[in-house]
Amino acid sequence: MEMLVALAIGILTATGTFLTLRGRTFPVVLGLTLLAYACNLFIFSSGRLVVDGAAVLNQDLPIPDPLPQALVLTAIVIGFAMTAFAVILSMRARADLGNDHVDGTEKRDDQNGEQR
Amino acid sequence: MYWIPLLTFLGTLVPLLTRNWSRTACASATAVLPAVSLILVLINAPTVFSGTTLVESYTWVEQLGLEIAFRLDSYALLFTLLILGIGLLIILYARYYLSANDNMGRFYSYLILFMTAMLGIVLSENLLQLWAFWELTSISSFLLISFWSDKSDARKGARMALTVTGMGGLALLAGILLLGDTLGTYNLTEILARGDEIRESARYPFILVLILIGAFTKSAQFPFHFWLPHAMAAPTPVSAYLHSATMVKAGIFLVGRLYPALSGTELWFFLVTFTGMATLLVGAYIALFKHDLKGLLAFSTISHLGLIMLLFGLNSDLAAVAAVFHIINHATFKASLFMAAGIVDHETGSRDMRKLSGLWRYMPHTATLAIVAALAMAGVPLLNGFLSKEMFFNETVQQSALGALSWVLPVLATVGATFSVAYSARFIHDVFFGGEPTHLPRTPHEPPRYMKVPVEILVAVCILVGIAPAFIVGDLLNSASSAVLQGPLPEYSLSLWHGFNIPLVMSITALIVGLIIYNIRRRLFAFQAQFVDRDAKLEFERLVQICVEAAGKLYTRIETNKLQNYVLTLFVFTLAVTALPLMEIAETAGKRPQLPPDLIGFGAITILSLASIMALVWHRKRVIALIAVSVVGLIVSLMFARFSAPDLALTQLSVEVVTIILLMLALFFLPQQTPKESSPGVVFRDLGVAVGIGGVMATLAYAMMTRDLETISTYFTANSKTGGGGTNIVNVILVDFRGFDTLGEITVLGIAGLGIYKLVRRMKLYMPTTDSGGRAWTTDSHPVMLAMVSQALLPLALLVSAYIFLRGHNLPGGGFIAGLITAIALIQQYIANGVLFMKGRLRLDYQYLIGFGLLIAVATGLGSWLFGRPFLTSWFDYVYWPIVGKFEVASAMMFDLGVYLTVVGATLLILSNLGKLSTTERSTEGENF
Repeated sequence: MEMLVALAIGILTATGTFLTLRGRTFPVVLGLTLLAYACNLFIFSSGRLVVDGAAVLNQDLPIPDPLPQALVLTAIVIGFAMTAFAVILSMRARADLGNDHVDGTEKRDDQNGEQR
Repeated sequence: MYWIPLLTFLGTLVPLLTRNWSRTACASATAVLPAVSLILVLINAPTVFSGTTLVESYTWVEQLGLEIAFRLDSYALLFTLLILGIGLLIILYARYYLSANDNMGRFYSYLILFMTAMLGIVLSENLLQLWAFWELTSISSFLLISFWSDKSDARKGARMALTVTGMGGLALLAGILLLGDTLGTYNLTEILARGDEIRESARYPFILVLILIGAFTKSAQFPFHFWLPHAMAAPTPVSAYLHSATMVKAGIFLVGRLYPALSGTELWFFLVTFTGMATLLVGAYIALFKHDLKGLLAFSTISHLGLIMLLFGLNSDLAAVAAVFHIINHATFKASLFMAAGIVDHETGSRDMRKLSGLWRYMPHTATLAIVAALAMAGVPLLNGFLSKEMFFNETVQQSALGALSWVLPVLATVGATFSVAYSARFIHDVFFGGEPTHLPRTPHEPPRYMKVPVEILVAVCILVGIAPAFIVGDLLNSASSAVLQGPLPEYSLSLWHGFNIPLVMSITALIVGLIIYNIRRRLFAFQAQFVDRDAKLEFERLVQICVEAAGKLYTRIETNKLQNYVLTLFVFTLAVTALPLMEIAETAGKRPQLPPDLIGFGAITILSLASIMALVWHRKRVIALIAVSVVGLIVSLMFARFSAPDLALTQLSVEVVTIILLMLALFFLPQQTPKESSPGVVFRDLGVAVGIGGVMATLAYAMMTRDLETISTYFTANSKTGGGGTNIVNVILVDFRGFDTLGEITVLGIAGLGIYKLVRRMKLYMPTTDSGGRAWTTDSHPVMLAMVSQALLPLALLVSAYIFLRGHNLPGGGFIAGLITAIALIQQYIANGVLFMKGRLRLDYQYLIGFGLLIAVATGLGSWLFGRPFLTSWFDYVYWPIVGKFEVASAMMFDLGVYLTVVGATLLILSNLGKLSTTERSTEGENF
């Protein structure tokens, strides 16, 4: 099972990386989202995988490491805030600059922002 | 004792506060605090003279060797007397020197700041602290030199001085750090006591060279001397203070201070002696050819600094005594000469010795003072300069480190002294004698009475020391020298007449030949004129230009303004630093027993992989990619659920919903397709990097998961119920154990929400009327079925969220999850009924919700202060409610409520504002946000 989870983390990282390297804002946002999944899973898995563990105390079951879980919980919420900020920033960039390229200009050779 | 620098530090504010008073009042007010400092020094003087070293220290960061520590021994005392004494005279002098147009408050403020920095250097007991003050002198002297900032000369001179001394300061820091690392301490007393250890260390040459570079640059030693003449663009009080008595003496001070720790080796002898000798000769020679009065004095200063440096380099105790003596003498006669030059400049409007002459008739009083000081500089008997020069000659004769060539030093010393006599003669004769002055901008006359007082005092000291040295400075010199040596004093006698000996012959030779050289000066000028006059300023500027250009080129190479390049660099670097350590692990799989793979897991991972690959392959069709990503998110939350993390699964699931809604909304405004831009090569390159990083991460994760875990969570597990009052450990960690972290996180969330709010408010975005295929959007109003069901569901959803919130402490749930559920329930209403519908019904300002949430969280934390506990200490107890039964009340619940409100506020702020954009409710252009 560990190998499967590691595989999932690897694939998520790879696709996330590739999308983050694209030139348009939306794929970059998607890439960041995928990277966030990968990171969360990675941190979570640092508590090792426990199947059928105790969700709360006083259950006669193995207790999974709560610390990575607490870390990841806030990371998920902050990740959402980051995604939201990135996507709205890209909308704002499109509104102000007239295109959705990450550099703010459609083509580098343009005569000083004809796009505007 | 720490009051000494502290008072002057406070004193920097006085001139700023009193700058609107009359000029005399401002100057007097400025002088008060330094005067009190001086009195403090004098009160301590008897104790210090008796051989006691006063030390006051306060530990700061012990591990780093940082402390605030001051030390007052006789050597430091000598310098504080110079700094404060001459400083006070300068304050008086500057009162008359500065014109009404100059900003006197600013000038005095800089001056006192500099005074503080100098005091800090000489009083420091810790080398790092000394260095900090050292840099402060560089900065404050920069401000002083560039005081007349409208002059290009002043700006350039100041910049050159700052660059040279600043670089020297960096070298000094490196040297100090090496020294501190070698000995394990930065404490001066300890360092001075462990000189042998330093000299035996393999690092000694590096330490020595680095520290000496710092001292040489500061004290304008050859070849770093070129900045000092250009610093003469400063107002003359500054030159008199910084460039005669204090700042340029900082390097000398340091060499003397570290004398017991660093001296005594051949390397020391060669470096310090020959640098000093070169400086002495170069300075003395060039000084003769300077037509500018201050230029002559500047090079003469360089020359005398070289002399003192040379003395320290001789590795002889008596030479160190001579050095200390010359520090005193040079400070007095050079400061008075600078002030006299300033008076001449002030009253005639010129400093050019080709224009000046015969001023004796116009200002006999000033002329007398200047002549006496200049004679002291030349080393004429009955004046202080003569005594230290005799000691210097004697030392050069005595030393034998050069073997058979030892005669070179006394000869060169005599040559230097000869030129010193020549330029002193020129100073006297060209300015005050030799016929009527012509072409002067003003008719010269005596300066205001009190402008001469500082000069008078200093000249009086020159004469008194010259006539009765043992009586006037004997004690000071003795104790200061023994503080430098940190040991017993050598035998020496401070008297005028030592009999007819070699040093006297050298002095007489220098006097006679010097006067001859002055007489044939015109031929020398003609000879010197053959050389191309290289302007140090131009050379320096060219060097600076070269550096700026090189930096600019490097910058344009790195700073390409292409985000993709930056990200790629980041990824490649990450790949490198993560991949290399992985190679050192012998086996990928650890020994921890692994879970057996099952069919469900296999299926889930397959779906996840397919979905993420789909997102990659079809990333140009954005809607499809988004759906693929949402599938991934769903699987991830299922994974959390499967691996015993119900809280995470709930959070991930609800975040997933809001994220997808958000991205769908965003996609409404963004292009639906991504154009094909990347060339195959780029795609190939990116794929390579992506696969590389993915592979490394997978390996890392696998290697980690298959190894045993030494958890640090045992404390949390053990204390969750007993200490935090909850059985849901994750929630207790969030709201109790690590509550402060959570507080930071919800603050970030709130800030992100507010940032987005600001971004959205002024967004002028074109609203597409059709989709990418050219089809118009549906005009259907909100579907009735959805609207009805949603409205019926709302109370239920809110109830669920309340339940999730309340049980959070003991069962999966809590503020984060409950907040997200509430937000989703409300967003569903927006979707089903439209923004208008909600606007009429939900009058909530989400910004305030965020603020209120944070306030509750902080207030809960502060509440524990009322009970004398640290911030965010939680409290809980059980109460019995009728019907409900035993119920837990915990302060952490209040904190969680803050979390809940912030999450709801931030999520809704983000989504509702974005949602508004797509309707007629969008804000209009003229809005003031």
